[in-house]
Amino acid sequence: MEKSKALPIPKTIKLFINGEFPRTESGRSFQVMHHGTKKTFANLCQASRKDLRTAVTAAQEALPAWEKRTSYNRSQILYRMAEMLEAKRVEVASLLAQTCGLTKKMQNQAVDLAIESLVYFCGFCDKYQQVIGSVNPVSGPHHCFTTAEPVGVVGLIATEDVDFAGFWASLAAILASGNTVIALLPTNLAALTGLLGEVLATADLPKGTVNLLSGFREELLSHFASHMEIHSLSYQGYDNAEMTQIRKLAAANMKRTVGPVRDILSLEHLIQYLEFKTVWHPIGN
Amino acid sequence: MSSSDKQLLDKNQASEERFEFAYAPSLESTDVVKIKARNLNFIGGKFTAPKSGRYIDSINPATAEPLAEIAESSAADVDLAVKAAGRAYGTWSKLSGQERGRYLFRIARIIQERARELAVLETLDNGKPIRESRELDVPLTAAHFFYHAGWADKLEYVLPPSRRQASWTTPPSRQAVRGSAGPRSLGVVGQVIPWNFPLMMAAWKIAPALATGNTVVIKPAETTSLSILLLAEIFQQAELPDGVVNIVTGGGATGANLVSHPGIAKVAFTGSTEVGKLIATSIAGSSKKLTLELGGKSANIIYEDAAIDQAIEAVVSGIYTNQGHVCCAGSRLLLEESIASIFIEKLKRRIEKLRVGNPLDKNTDIGAINSKTELDKIQALIASARQEGPVEFFEPVKTTLPSTGYFQKPCFFAGVSSSFSLNRIEVFGPVLSISTFRTVQEAITKANDTPYGLAAGIWSEKGSKIHKTASLLKAGVIWANTYNKFDPAAPFGGYFESGFGREGGRHGLLSYLEVT
Repeated sequence: MEKSKALPIPKTIKLFINGEFPRTESGRSFQVMHHGTKKTFANLCQASRKDLRTAVTAAQEALPAWEKRTSYNRSQILYRMAEMLEAKRVEVASLLAQTCGLTKKMQNQAVDLAIESLVYFCGFCDKYQQVIGSVNPVSGPHHCFTTAEPVGVVGLIATEDVDFAGFWASLAAILASGNTVIALLPTNLAALTGLLGEVLATADLPKGTVNLLSGFREELLSHFASHMEIHSLSYQGYDNAEMTQIRKLAAANMKRTVGPVRDILSLEHLIQYLEFKTVWHPIGN
Repeated sequence: MSSSDKQLLDKNQASEERFEFAYAPSLESTDVVKIKARNLNFIGGKFTAPKSGRYIDSINPATAEPLAEIAESSAADVDLAVKAAGRAYGTWSKLSGQERGRYLFRIARIIQERARELAVLETLDNGKPIRESRELDVPLTAAHFFYHAGWADKLEYVLPPSRRQASWTTPPSRQAVRGSAGPRSLGVVGQVIPWNFPLMMAAWKIAPALATGNTVVIKPAETTSLSILLLAEIFQQAELPDGVVNIVTGGGATGANLVSHPGIAKVAFTGSTEVGKLIATSIAGSSKKLTLELGGKSANIIYEDAAIDQAIEAVVSGIYTNQGHVCCAGSRLLLEESIASIFIEKLKRRIEKLRVGNPLDKNTDIGAINSKTELDKIQALIASARQEGPVEFFEPVKTTLPSTGYFQKPCFFAGVSSSFSLNRIEVFGPVLSISTFRTVQEAITKANDTPYGLAAGIWSEKGSKIHKTASLLKAGVIWANTYNKFDPAAPFGGYFESGFGREGGRHGLLSYLEVT
């Protein structure tokens, strides 16, 4: 395609909260560079504790709508996410090249794996229940069964150990069972916040189901871990000091904490974001 | 309630009273139990005196008299136990599942054989009615061992394994093995259990841990250590290899020493949310796995189309069973407004008939509060709640309490708001709070208005309403048209501040296995 002669209009990259693209309320920003240069690529929002709280409120409000969607419907929406990501493949690849320095081959692989993970967990939405739920053979005249439910509002802290596809896989595993999420992107992927938000905003997810923040982990980690309305905190990283800090603060509301799983496309990954409910009813007249 | 309803109730009661007779005491004999004056730790298959040299009294709460002495274990004693468990792990974890299962089957059988002895000892030490220890605690203890015995050689079916070669693991450099390695045991498990169901909690903890190939160091509550030490004798009779289960007795400090011991791979705790949070914080920096069964403030919802008389029985047993010392007790009763007054009237009449007294009497419904500390706590909570404003307080008029021992009348507060203290705080005693609602949505909102999420009850004769309510309640166990049902095959455990992990069923085994 021939390059336009007009002066390009760079896209402002903002947060994604409650289905909208607000700037951080704090008005703060940080720079990301063109990979390997000192040239500014963009000024990104440095999300604050207040932004996190706003996002949690959005995720909380989205929860009843999202968890009560039928599995089939959730499944289709995850598939729609894959469709939207596929449609933005060129733009994503270009951003990964410019800000992460990925080669052509690596760009393609990143997008392919991200789409594969969305499709994989899309297919799990209406299946995990049969695989891990149970009818319990209790010794008495009762019908007793155990079903899996979403944990609720999940915080996702992705570190620089997580690549583009890994981030999508975490999102997909969390969303498949009806959780809502507030995700903090790793700084190396922060420039993609806006683009990811666009994919999510056009995938028919109820607003607030996924919220994306860019900012500094050292500032926000403790706020994630101590927030009383976050039910589970997923830390996708390997820093023991950070994990310890999370576990300590998480105890305040008995938040579940989740670390990286070995096999990303697996039931073991999805199961981390579930809660089990056992229901009893007598059998008789 | 209409005046004709009231007349009918009064008429029924009058005719009942005409035929009413007092129950003659029917005392269970204590001859079957020989209690040693001094009880030692169980370490490496042997009863071992504590290095600390210290002992504490275990009190019979029904008489307030000392029953026996138990060891007060120090860090050195805990260390001894963890090392014994560590040595035993080497061989126990390598035994075939079939062989491990056979030991557990043996244990289950001996528990059944010695059921009477266990039940009487449990009642003497804990204060719970003999009817309950005989019909609930001991049979469920045996059932838990029997159920888990059969799992020991079927662990590959706990979670369907991913058989495919992992195509994608992160980050590749950190991956230990490719593909699924199958379920693996963890190591030495440190377990701390409460005083409300001493034997049953021991079984809930020990049976799944052993079935999955782990070894155990367990600390019972300091007020109820005797029955688990009798269980240790049963382990000896069953020839369970030395060190597979180790028991150290003592108070909170002993428990803290156990969970912080570096030789422990996993901590399992049942008890208060307060202590659960302390444990979670204290091991935050370690790689120990953790499961917690904590407190609750469970709602029991009665819709107007419920079978009222059945519901009354279950509400009573839901909150007053085991003196209300039940983590999943139905301590918040939510009544649909249209039936509230008649329900409360019937409830009062039912509570008047509860027999509070000697736990060894087979007619006793409500036994002794486990300790002076607990009794004082319950009474203080009731006293302060009575100051809180315009709520109705009810306790039975005719009920008399024994002159010695720790006893508390069953009681309730009616007309309370969501912010009422006893709607928020777990009392862990025979105290019920009653509020009302008008719509299904209001019932659910009120039921979920708590940081806990252990259990809930629903009463309605309409199936669709039950399923809707059950799906919207945020609790790990839902009893519909029933309450307080337990089974080793039924996963049990809470949401939110009621802890995490499940006990029982296939899901309970996940807490004792490495599956990823």
